[in-house]
Amino acid sequence: MKYAYYPGCSIQGTGRAYEESLLPVLKELNIDFEELEDWNCCGATAYMSVDEIKSCVLASRNFALAEKFGYAEIMAPCSACYLVLNKAQKYIETSKPVAETVEKALSSANLKMTKKIKVRHPIDILLNDIGLEKIKQHVKRPLKEFKVATYYGCQLVRPYSTFDDQYNPTSMDRILKALGATVVYFPIKTRCCGSSLTGTLPEPGLFCAYIILKEAIKRGANVISTACPLCQFNLDGYHDKIEKKWGNVRIPTLYFTQLMGLAFGISEEELGINRCIIPLNIQSNQTVSA
Amino acid sequence: MESVKMNSNKEGARIGFYVCHCGHNIASVVDCKAVAEYVSKLPGVVVSRDYKYMCSDPGQELIMNDIKEQKLNRIVVASCSPLLHEHTFRNATEKGGLNPYLCQMVNIREHDSWVHSDRAAATLKAKEMARAAIQRVTHHHKLETKKVPIRPSVLVVGGGIAGIHAALTLANAGKQVYLVEREPTIGGHMAKFDKTFPTLDCAACILTPKMSEVGSHPNIKLMTYSEVVKVDGYVGNYTITVKHKPRYIIEEACVGCTECINACIYTTAKFPDEFNEGLGKRKPIYMPFPQATPQIVVIDPQTCIQIKTGKCKKTCLEACLDRKAIDFNQKERFSEIQVGAIVIATGFKTFDAHRIPQYGYGKYPNVFTALEIERMVNASGPTGGHVVMRDGSEPKSIGIVHCVGSRDKKTNHYCSRVCCMYSLKLAHLLKEHSGAEIYNFYIDMRTPGKSYEEFYDKLLNEGVNFIRGRVGEVTDWAFIPEEEGKLIIRVEDTLAGYVRRIPVDMVVLSTGLEHQPDADAVRRMFNMSCGSEGFFLERHPKLAPVNTFTDGILLAGCCQGPKDIPDTVAQAGAAAAEALVLIDKGYIEQEPNTAFVREEDCSGCKSCIPLCPYSAISFDEQKKKANINEALCKGCGTCVASCPSGSIVQNLFEDEEIFSEIEGLLLDNINEKFAQGKTTQEVLAK
Amino acid sequence: MQRCRIFMQELVRTIKYESDRVPGFGNEILKVPGCENLQSCIQCGTCSGMCPLSIYMDFTPRQIIELVRSDFKNEVLKSYTIWLCASCYVCTVECPREVHITDIMYELKQRAIYEGYYPNHFPIPTLAREFFATVYKRGRVTENFLAVKMILKSNWLDMFKSWRLGLNLLSRGRFPMKPENIQNKEELRKILDTVDKVSIDTLGGISHIGNGTKTKTN
Ligand SMILES: Cc1cc2nc3c(=O)[nH]c(=O)nc-3n(C[C@H](O)[C@H](O)[C@H](O)COP(=O)(O)OP(=O)(O)OC[C@H]3O[C@@H](n4cnc5c(N)ncnc54)[C@H](O)[C@@H]3O)c2cc1C
Ligand code: SF4
Ligand code: SF4
Repeated sequence: MKYAYYPGCSIQGTGRAYEESLLPVLKELNIDFEELEDWNCCGATAYMSVDEIKSCVLASRNFALAEKFGYAEIMAPCSACYLVLNKAQKYIETSKPVAETVEKALSSANLKMTKKIKVRHPIDILLNDIGLEKIKQHVKRPLKEFKVATYYGCQLVRPYSTFDDQYNPTSMDRILKALGATVVYFPIKTRCCGSSLTGTLPEPGLFCAYIILKEAIKRGANVISTACPLCQFNLDGYHDKIEKKWGNVRIPTLYFTQLMGLAFGISEEELGINRCIIPLNIQSNQTVSA
Repeated sequence: MESVKMNSNKEGARIGFYVCHCGHNIASVVDCKAVAEYVSKLPGVVVSRDYKYMCSDPGQELIMNDIKEQKLNRIVVASCSPLLHEHTFRNATEKGGLNPYLCQMVNIREHDSWVHSDRAAATLKAKEMARAAIQRVTHHHKLETKKVPIRPSVLVVGGGIAGIHAALTLANAGKQVYLVEREPTIGGHMAKFDKTFPTLDCAACILTPKMSEVGSHPNIKLMTYSEVVKVDGYVGNYTITVKHKPRYIIEEACVGCTECINACIYTTAKFPDEFNEGLGKRKPIYMPFPQATPQIVVIDPQTCIQIKTGKCKKTCLEACLDRKAIDFNQKERFSEIQVGAIVIATGFKTFDAHRIPQYGYGKYPNVFTALEIERMVNASGPTGGHVVMRDGSEPKSIGIVHCVGSRDKKTNHYCSRVCCMYSLKLAHLLKEHSGAEIYNFYIDMRTPGKSYEEFYDKLLNEGVNFIRGRVGEVTDWAFIPEEEGKLIIRVEDTLAGYVRRIPVDMVVLSTGLEHQPDADAVRRMFNMSCGSEGFFLERHPKLAPVNTFTDGILLAGCCQGPKDIPDTVAQAGAAAAEALVLIDKGYIEQEPNTAFVREEDCSGCKSCIPLCPYSAISFDEQKKKANINEALCKGCGTCVASCPSGSIVQNLFEDEEIFSEIEGLLLDNINEKFAQGKTTQEVLAK
Repeated sequence: MQRCRIFMQELVRTIKYESDRVPGFGNEILKVPGCENLQSCIQCGTCSGMCPLSIYMDFTPRQIIELVRSDFKNEVLKSYTIWLCASCYVCTVECPREVHITDIMYELKQRAIYEGYYPNHFPIPTLAREFFATVYKRGRVTENFLAVKMILKSNWLDMFKSWRLGLNLLSRGRFPMKPENIQNKEELRKILDTVDKVSIDTLGGISHIGNGTKTKTN
């Protein structure tokens, strides 16, 4: 099946390393996808705070485009997009007035939404459509030295996710273990990182980030893996400020796709690892496994 | 519709009609006089009256006198729900000299005056409903109730405090009792407690005398390690099949000397001990606890080397040489018993704390369940009453989390009723045994019971911390350095208005009470219902709290819903009393609303047989016809509706009765037409 | 006397009179899709206990729920809490009564913006509105442009405090130099404009259904 790839705004801006690593990983695994032509912003949480209906309408245009071009599933790598697209769908399904408004708005531009386009996160696709066995086959450099704190963040599994447990998600853990990494016990893997606040109300946002960074170090991790450009930005971008307030909690935060790319033998440059503000300084295992 | 014969008011029907005002209940919305007036003109009606309270003695006398004086042969009363007064008016009819089943009721209160406000429309509706009943009643005929004798013995299922109390009450009244318990010993949950709220008396001191009384009572046949597997028959005449699980011990031979346990090849106890909630260890051959009743050991086939592999030195056998009570070849056995009534007392299970992962049970070693703590504070428990953490050290601070698996839509919506009180009890005991700082986290403190509020007061004065807030999470990640290495409870202190993080050494989860996991299977076997919460459903929440919808099956204790020991014992006594009422009467009278098969029409297709929820239909292989056991039939009508050849008829719900009732409802403007002197047939002919 | 008067001036009345309430406010919120379970709240505080931001809130999420259903509109819409909510959904997932607290927070934010309740130069509502406008104009957002714009609108000084992050991002190629646009901007605007018209028909101009009509055209 061909997935409609919905990058989302962040992934092509501050979070571009996510895309830079995601695409080669998907290619390596022969996953068939195409960027959804002329996609628009999902609305994100900020839009929801102003007008939920318009937020649904924005999301729906993407569904309508996907339908028009004949896709059955959308792949949304950003947690916020993933949540908002799912939420819009749920909202349209459960509220008739909302559904009618959406329908009329779309038809004004000759678009329509007749079937349900599934929204999938790459983790879901990798785990359930591709499978760990196949991922293992592509590992060239097992991540032996990597002690990973898997950080899922809030919006990936709450409240609409279908592919993992909302209290104790393990999907990313399983993928990383398949890459040969050690996954440390990390009880706050779904605690909010505060990214939606850091830009506007620094103190609370940064405190959330600090707790996560501190705990990751305490649990013996040497790298945090995320699946969301907003989390990556918040955990990676503000170390100077955090350090001033609460002390040094430097630990690199990578996209899980960057870790996959490393294990698949793709170069650090290609994967955009140099874009991290806190540099990755783990000696990756050079021996090529059988 | 061809089969429907129009009701021409059977020759000679002389109907008396009575409409009740029910004080203002009916009369304020329905014009009762007008209804009586209207009905008086319907064909066959000889008397039509309205009266303030038909259920009163003078009201009933009206009926009786009219029957005699006016030679009435049918009665219709329009008043309240038949559930309330059908009995009353049938009685009056009978006293007047008619068969009681020639009386029909119309509910113009619940179905009319209580649900409408438009007087004219409600009056019209009352007239139409009355008209329907007048049409119907002409088809009624005499029916007789049946008397069936009752066996004077009772089965009690479950040997917790509820089952124990019910069994002793019945046995002391001279009835034969069979007590079936699936564990190797009776006692249930109460046997595990150290003290009981609110008086803090020792649970063992008050329970074990009753347990041994059960064990030695001449009227009680105790069957432990056994389960009911089949229930046949009906009220008064149940046949029960009991499965006896192999205990690998000849019960009659064992005297409970426990020499065999000492002799077991395992010199130290190695396996998690169920009675101690896994906090202690036992051997493959064991006595659940010192006062277990009966005093008979049991062998666990999962861990016994001889049973698993057949290659053990069997040192236990040697220890029991003279009594020869050990039998490794024992197989499960079945036996059959006959009883007249059944008391279900299967109790509850506690909520599985794993289901709320946020509270860390199974993840953090020092998170315990309340039942584990009950064992821990017990002087004869696995730690000898010492409060210790899993590494053996003593806690300095303990948090008790209320409402774990209660009042939560994601798990159980209801309140488990006893957890607040037992949490207070545990707070007291933990403080007494360890001197630790105790925090109780509650949503609302529920202490509605005799001396319960006083108990709460006592705890408040003992210096226990009470924080009103449902715990969000128990974690081990720290915000600030003081929290490192502790379990942190995140909660909003809703009364102080602050979100708080409280580091403690030990957490106790006050798990709620749930129905037994096999409740649904048990429900089906005994023909009961379960409420939405999964507990067995009583017939009426206020007026029949120990009865079920199946006659002769009674409920006692927590299997009907969470409750404390005083309520459990009271309910067990009530269930025993209800069983005695049945048995001492000697016979049961059965409503004649049963179904029967018109054999000449039955094609023998058997489609009705699996549909009957009461298993009342059997197949007569010789005649090749279905046959309904009148004593089992509850008159639900399922088979009647399903029979493809229409050969099943139900008393009081015969086709003619129902169709003529419907026609009575549907006839429009009949009023004027009858007034013009037309007959029903003419009216319908249009 | 003098001291006493000063002291008195500093105190705020905390007692609430019935006239402080805005009757009907709670009911209005209750009718919004997603907010229906508001009435089932048992004030247990699980939401506040779990909320990662409650440490900074003036009212805890539990208190917000109670204030809403008791019609304390002014207190609720002026509170910082609704702006501190990061929409992490932990409260919604944990609430034993299935109260959708996050959705209620969204609804309160929308009302505060629409009714002009939020504090001047308070950055979050400004961000939300800027975001809204950018999407309308371009169909996509480019975060750093948004951030710069927002800082200019709310607080100049912050611009200088954040210079280091900006530099870091720039040197690592994470600071796009031109804003992103979709091609079919007209189509998107048409769709969004239709919503404004349609909301008035389908939703009958009732402001509490579906939220849409609360927002005026940009
Ligand atoms: C931690 C805790 C502390 C408590 N403390 C107190 C207290 O201090 N004071 C107080 O008043 N109350 C207390 N209670 C409540 C008390 O436990 C109950 O009121 C009481 O145990 C109910 O008795 P029961 O006989 O109905 O159920 P149970 O005690 O559960 O007994 C049921 C019995 O039936 C057996 N059984 C189940 N199914 C079958 C079957 N299918 N066939 C055969 N047998 C079966 C079980 O093995 C068990 O022996 C406490 C409860 C808990 C959880
Ligand atoms: S968690 Fe739910 S029930 Fe509890 S206070 Fe919050 S909203 Fe109310
Ligand atoms: S959604 Fe908002 S109110 Fe709820 S826990 Fe998260 S930040 Fe707090």
